[in-house]
Amino acid sequence: MSLAWELLKRETALAWGRGGGPLVSAGFYLGVATLLPLAAGPEPARLAAVAPGVAWVTLALATLLGLDRLFERDYEDGALDLLTLSPLPLEFVCALKCLGQWLATGLPLALAAPITEIALGGSPALAPLVLISAMIGGLAFAFAGGIGAALSLGARRGGLLTAVIVLPLFTPPVIFGGGALDAFASGLPWGAGFVLLCAYATAAIALGPLAMAAACRNALS
Amino acid sequence: MMSALEIKELAISRGGRPLFQGLNLNLGAGQACALTGRNGSGKTSLLRAIAGLLSVDTGEIAFGGQDSDQARRTEIHLVGHADGLKSGQTARDELAFWTRWTGGNPSSMDSAIDRLDIRRLLDLEIRRLSAGQKRRLALARLLAAPRTLWLLDEPLSPLDSVWRTRFGEMMGDHLRSGGMIVAAIHDPLPIPAQVLEINP
Amino acid sequence: MISAPAFLSNPERFMAFSRWAAPLFGATAVLLAVTGLWLGFTAPEDYQQGDTVRIMFIHVPAAWLSMFAYICLGIASFLSLVFRHALADAAAKSAAPLGAGFTALALVTGSLWGRPMWGTWWVWDARLTSVLVLFLFYLAYMALRSALDDEAKAARACAILALVGLVNLPVVHWSVNWWNSLHQGVTVFAKGGPKMAPVFLVPLLLMVLAYMAAFGALWLVRIRGEVWRRRADAALSRLART
Repeated sequence: MSLAWELLKRETALAWGRGGGPLVSAGFYLGVATLLPLAAGPEPARLAAVAPGVAWVTLALATLLGLDRLFERDYEDGALDLLTLSPLPLEFVCALKCLGQWLATGLPLALAAPITEIALGGSPALAPLVLISAMIGGLAFAFAGGIGAALSLGARRGGLLTAVIVLPLFTPPVIFGGGALDAFASGLPWGAGFVLLCAYATAAIALGPLAMAAACRNALS
Repeated sequence: MMSALEIKELAISRGGRPLFQGLNLNLGAGQACALTGRNGSGKTSLLRAIAGLLSVDTGEIAFGGQDSDQARRTEIHLVGHADGLKSGQTARDELAFWTRWTGGNPSSMDSAIDRLDIRRLLDLEIRRLSAGQKRRLALARLLAAPRTLWLLDEPLSPLDSVWRTRFGEMMGDHLRSGGMIVAAIHDPLPIPAQVLEINP
Repeated sequence: MISAPAFLSNPERFMAFSRWAAPLFGATAVLLAVTGLWLGFTAPEDYQQGDTVRIMFIHVPAAWLSMFAYICLGIASFLSLVFRHALADAAAKSAAPLGAGFTALALVTGSLWGRPMWGTWWVWDARLTSVLVLFLFYLAYMALRSALDDEAKAARACAILALVGLVNLPVVHWSVNWWNSLHQGVTVFAKGGPKMAPVFLVPLLLMVLAYMAAFGALWLVRIRGEVWRRRADAALSRLART
């Protein structure tokens, strides 16, 4: 177990240096929050209506930051070879890599999400739900995204390819999380969407590593 | 501990192209094998197949009766062309992590540091190291965690003559303690070894 | 069921079989389509939709085939991943552009149909949205295929992606339905609405069969092409080595 802990620490640190960290994610959110009123017009009513959705979609897109390098760098410098030569199964290694990616990028993004939502004029009462669902949704995005990152190993134009593979996988969590936020904002029961989001995240955490490990083995062979 | 490496009638192909067929190798405790052959003959592929990274067409690779998955997870060291070192990390972090990862402990890591004379490099980031220094750091992993079978891909190439001799001594020590070495190499290995030439 | 892939997994037997099966499927498709279209265009106008109802004969079979082709892609990918059949991989590779084509046809004709019916080219209806996501899956599959140089690796990576998609697509479909019910969008297709009259149903079913036969013919032709391409490729590598 201590081996897993060592790997998690290392992967989190590496992901931090790969475009994670609070500064980059906060900057990304701030950028979107600034661009949106400039592009869509500054009327508060219009902005407030889309604020939760924008915060949510930005999270999905921001997850793509650094995702293409999740396995690519280890693949290129030979570290992925060495990671297979240990008592930990490769599936578990992949899961820890995704978790490290989430800790370094997903968590700071989740912390920035409610700020963005409020800055755009969304209701402050919505902020706790935005935070929690961004944390859980971030996990789903990281584990579904890892599949795309592992599949595009060794490909030309890896970064863009990862996005193309991953975005269809992001559809259900975007819908569930967005649905929960929307329902909450209009005073409807929001539990269903939230539970479905949790279920998708659980499924992604359970099944994603299988696909990632298979894809990594294929890329190494 | 793994007692032998037995390869029987092995055939490997890459990208639809057969590299070699009917390859046999028997290695007992304390023995080494130098893989020779022209560029692209499949030396690296054979090492990766032994490490379980590459699937074989036919034939088998056995580890003295030990379960091969288990053997690969606990008994094999691999030093490939790429060192597996991250440019932004310090040498100490890298060595400490890989030592833990392959089952070593702080005291064995400490003696590996002395043996490869990298103590003054430890606080530098990997990107500041020369190719030879990086290779020494990678080779330190071999000594920092005791594993029986060393798979080495051109281990000497970035090393100067002094370090080639010293690493030869380290390989000799490893064999005397019952270890095994398979090395892909163009120059003769500085230790007694059977030579396996891979022909296309 | 087991015997069919085993029979076809031999490339020689597949080539011998597809040599006459592909034209046969093609001729069947033309025959069925001509009959279906003739019946469709001589059918009376719909009392609500008027003449535009005839887009249905083009659109609905395309939408069905978009899913059918993905199931074919998924099964072929599974066979290629588990049994490492080169022919199964050729089948998967060949099915993807066809599926994408049918999906694009379904989207375009759906949009053309939507214009007179809903007064807009596109609505975020549950069916349209999940077909759009299906189209994205096809695009991802083809993009991955073209970005990996090593064919063996591309085959396995694409097979993994196809299987991930096979698991994910029902979830997408279900989630989009859930999302649509949440938003109470325009209810286009009334629940338990008017049953389709036989005068429309018969040409529609004929067209579905015609599309399936056309898919079968094109698929076989594409697999044949892929087999030939690989043979030529192998011959060229042999030439390069001597």
